[in-house]
Amino acid sequence: MIPELGHFALALAVAFAAAQFIIPLWGAQSRDVRLMAAAPALAYGQLIALMAAYGSLVWSSVIDDFSVLNVAENSHSLKPMIYKISGTWGNHEGSILLWCLILAICGGAVGLFGRNLPSSLRARVIGVLGGTSVGFELFALLTSNPFLRLWPVPLDGRDMNPLLQDPGLAIHPPILYAGYVGFAIPFAFAVAALLEGRIDASWGRWVRPWTLASWSLLTTGIMLGSFWSYYILGWGGYWFWDPVENASLLPWLTGTALLHSAIVVEKREALKTWTVLLAIGTFSLSLSGTFLVRSGILNSVHSFANDPTRGIFILGLLALVIGGSLLLFAIRAPVLSASGLFSPVSREGALVLNNILLCSIAAVVLTGTVYPLFADLLFSAKISVGPPYFNATVLPLTVPLFLAMAVGPVLSWKRAALGPALMRLWWAALGAAAVGIVAELGYRAGSAALAFAAAAWLILGSFAEIIQRIRLFQVPLTNSLSRLAGQPLSVWGGAIAHAGMGMTIAGIAGMSLAQTTIVAVRPGQTIALAGYEWTLLGLHDEKGPNFNARVADIRVTRDGQEIGLFHPSRNAFTTQTMTVTNTAIQSSQIADLYAVLGEEHDGTAVLRLHYNFLAPWIWLGALVMAFGGFLSLIDRRLRIGAPARRTMAVPAE
Amino acid sequence: MILRLAFLLLILAGPALAVSNPAEMLSDPAGEARAEHIGRQLRCMVCQNESVEESEADLARDFRHIIRERVKAGESDQQIMDWMVARYGDFIRLRPPFSALTLLLWAAPMLAVGIGAGAVLLGRRRRPEPPAPLSEAERQRVGKLSGS
Repeated sequence: MIPELGHFALALAVAFAAAQFIIPLWGAQSRDVRLMAAAPALAYGQLIALMAAYGSLVWSSVIDDFSVLNVAENSHSLKPMIYKISGTWGNHEGSILLWCLILAICGGAVGLFGRNLPSSLRARVIGVLGGTSVGFELFALLTSNPFLRLWPVPLDGRDMNPLLQDPGLAIHPPILYAGYVGFAIPFAFAVAALLEGRIDASWGRWVRPWTLASWSLLTTGIMLGSFWSYYILGWGGYWFWDPVENASLLPWLTGTALLHSAIVVEKREALKTWTVLLAIGTFSLSLSGTFLVRSGILNSVHSFANDPTRGIFILGLLALVIGGSLLLFAIRAPVLSASGLFSPVSREGALVLNNILLCSIAAVVLTGTVYPLFADLLFSAKISVGPPYFNATVLPLTVPLFLAMAVGPVLSWKRAALGPALMRLWWAALGAAAVGIVAELGYRAGSAALAFAAAAWLILGSFAEIIQRIRLFQVPLTNSLSRLAGQPLSVWGGAIAHAGMGMTIAGIAGMSLAQTTIVAVRPGQTIALAGYEWTLLGLHDEKGPNFNARVADIRVTRDGQEIGLFHPSRNAFTTQTMTVTNTAIQSSQIADLYAVLGEEHDGTAVLRLHYNFLAPWIWLGALVMAFGGFLSLIDRRLRIGAPARRTMAVPAE
Repeated sequence: MILRLAFLLLILAGPALAVSNPAEMLSDPAGEARAEHIGRQLRCMVCQNESVEESEADLARDFRHIIRERVKAGESDQQIMDWMVARYGDFIRLRPPFSALTLLLWAAPMLAVGIGAGAVLLGRRRRPEPPAPLSEAERQRVGKLSGS
């Protein structure tokens, strides 16, 4: 009964979405205030219907209703509760439904927080979101219905892919999706602006918080995915330039560009047409990411749906959404008047450089990702494009980007002088040089020394703008401190996000100095690695809820002092007959100790031990970046939006 | 300089090893490092997206064995790569070779930056220059008018 209700709610959501698409847009076109005012209510209706639909799917999974095909294929009665819930988005049908739910949340959020938007703009934004929802919900309903029943009902389910039964992967998809789908809001704003034929500074001010929120979530989502591959795949690798990873990196790159160009629109009313195009492009890449993963057209470790009819449906949807919005852009963009002149050396100029470089990187990643596909389709040539290509082409483009990241924020708007700006960064340059030299001489880091220097340059240089703003050492210190307290959160957010990037680079550089060893040891034997002694105490069997584990007990000491007991294991899942390595990791501020249990051969166990220098900084840096985005987001000026609402005066007693 | 930097950064891509049996490894560290480097450039043909060095598949294991045998026999990196490509085609190379087919692929970074820079220059040409900065006389006049 409950699954049928979910099925019905999904159909109802399609009806709501269609109304949300047609009525507000019609109202905005015919200037009918009543029709425009219906927009938020319709968005809420769609949201409630989808919450009911998703709730029924979770319910079916939680109570082990194996008469539902989706639950039978992806769940098991012995599966822990958290994975029964997360399992609903760990498969194709459920993840599409989650996608629809998040899109509906976006529509509801614009309805709720967009009260101070001009009514026609709000109606158009919500209408465009509704149109997108119609497409995806129809896709769910017609090709990927999660509520299909199964007869005869099996005694138990087939269980979920053991690789996905992991706390990190339980929260990874919703956060990643929230980031992906969140870019639908800037997209809807862009399309709405094209329909209105008008963009001004306040448009930039409305778009930026939504972009920031999606960007922060996407950053966190990518970080979780990378961390997951680091500890579950057990190779110590964290980024493989896998098509699925690239699909999430692409909207992140253009989204980062969008974030910065929206600042120019807001502050200087320049780059308007470009920003609209970026907003459309970013969401298009999010959609294509879904397409690449779901259609199975680019086979990769992560894809769990290989169904051509779905691929064709999504391809049609993509053509409609992307082609339609680009066509609208081509027709309407000339209407948007350009203003806000600036000289090449200026804050705007630096942001343009940022956009060129980020979009070039995105173009290279996209080219590399789809090239084998097109080579095969057009020339029947089988080629592979792997990490060596991406490292060789992307990394050189990041060099000017990192150099400019510290310089841009200290340039003034409109017209700036490069010399004085660079002079203001002398101490960051000095720090970078010192770090590079120490890394080279002290640790013979080689090429990594350059990356360490870049990281130091970024981390130090990020705070140059604040130091300049508080006029440190130019005015009395107390004066500077009071200025410090008055700095807007968005300035802090920008500085912290840039510093976070520096931390990630430091982590990546540190990982290249990682020390590893692979050894076959007998219980009692001790291995020395990176100044630690690793002793295999013994091996034993353990029984998990739906797997049998072979666990190694390793004691790690340093100079006789115990650092910790490590328990890496190999978990053999009973239903899925698959073995998953469970890495043991202990993180300190500056390194990860990482142990993996391999196979056992006549009395010896193979251990892979790593000392991953600065590894935690890779993910910590990404979190710091997301936190910077969050700080910018809660900046009062952004939250209130333009035009600011007047606060109610309190009558005097 | 850029090429050199690119090459240096290339090595940054971190170590990743899947050798599941230490007996597979060469006792000579330099030879082992060479073998790993070659293995990372080769695709495990039966996996989705893993290199020979990372994969746990049997085929990848065989490849790792072959590479190490040939390293021991004193062959150069190039000879080993050529041997692999002659048998399995360009598909096995994770770093596609320069050819007419991959021209666009390798030109992508230059093209992207070039198009971006070109678009910016073109956009600037169509627009008037921003007004020139104030001359010394004008600045003094502004100062006088604003009374500071």
